[in-house]
Amino acid sequence: MNRYSADLHVHTLLSPCGDLEMTPANIVEFAAIKGIDILGITDHNSTRHGALIKKMAEKKGIFVLCGAEVTTKEDIHCLTFFENNAATESFQEYLEKHLADVKNRPSIFGYQVVVDEEEMIIEEVDKLLISALDQSLDQVEAMVHSLGGLFIPAHIDRPSYSLISQLGFVPSGLNADALEISRNTTPGALRKKFPEVAGYTLTGSSDAHFLQQLGTLVSVFEMETRSFAEVCKALRKEDGRGVRVEERGK
Amino acid sequence: MQALELTVYCGKKGLERRVTGGYVSDLLSDVMGHADTGQVWVTLQTHKNVMAIASLKDLAAVILVTGHKPDENTAHQSEEEAIPVLGTHMSAFDVTGKLYELINK
Repeated sequence: MNRYSADLHVHTLLSPCGDLEMTPANIVEFAAIKGIDILGITDHNSTRHGALIKKMAEKKGIFVLCGAEVTTKEDIHCLTFFENNAATESFQEYLEKHLADVKNRPSIFGYQVVVDEEEMIIEEVDKLLISALDQSLDQVEAMVHSLGGLFIPAHIDRPSYSLISQLGFVPSGLNADALEISRNTTPGALRKKFPEVAGYTLTGSSDAHFLQQLGTLVSVFEMETRSFAEVCKALRKEDGRGVRVEERGK
Repeated sequence: MQALELTVYCGKKGLERRVTGGYVSDLLSDVMGHADTGQVWVTLQTHKNVMAIASLKDLAAVILVTGHKPDENTAHQSEEEAIPVLGTHMSAFDVTGKLYELINK
């Protein structure tokens, strides 16, 4: 079995709150320096930068999971990941259809730009990406799973935009592939405070909006090789595979 | 209820509960911490966890604002717990203003 360091929650400059230094080229470069083996690209309600970063990261030997950090209608942030371009693109259409029609004001929220390999701006996204979808937690979960994707409520211990802040506790029967914790808690402390998380695999990631935050909290995956199927197996703790959360210095 | 022209979605059995006050919030974690027994909870959240918290805090009723309707399993829980879920097209601000006047009459 091999060990892989995964940072599964990374924003690019496409997210209005993502630093302009968070270009695909810089993210790949920094991830390599930080020894990250698996990178999850999760902009707010958009998958647009995933494919390019995947292509660039492969050259450096980094495996990329493409997805988005979705805002449900209850204002709960959830990480989503998809195995291939077709599924990611279907989900992108779903996001564009269901995201609130509110225009971004860059002076308040920040720029939302898609760039290419050379950091040239290809497009500025008009719709404010930090708005919410008109879809509930359960509806988003069903959509993600119908596309064969992974559904992981983000930073569930945080006092805002989290499963626990918005819904008080983890709903019974929630069909999540894992639950992500923030750096403000530990798996042990969380399980003590919210016993209902017991049956779930916990992940931890940096939620990086700035380059220096990359890889400061990681999930170490123990599995055979790096693939979407192996990541799924590790999250389900199948055949001796598993995941544990590890905090690292900057 | 009639004075506010509320729709009764579910939990009719609980309509005779005594109302002691109200609480307005869409963060369920906040309601868990701050709402008190007998209060009416004004919110736009429709998830079934709403009923779990209403039952935990022994609230008198839940009022869903701006036309929101309870999810199917929320309605089911409401019947079981006999805590009514009511609805209005008014905003939280408007319905709370009217409710405040009624309760403090």
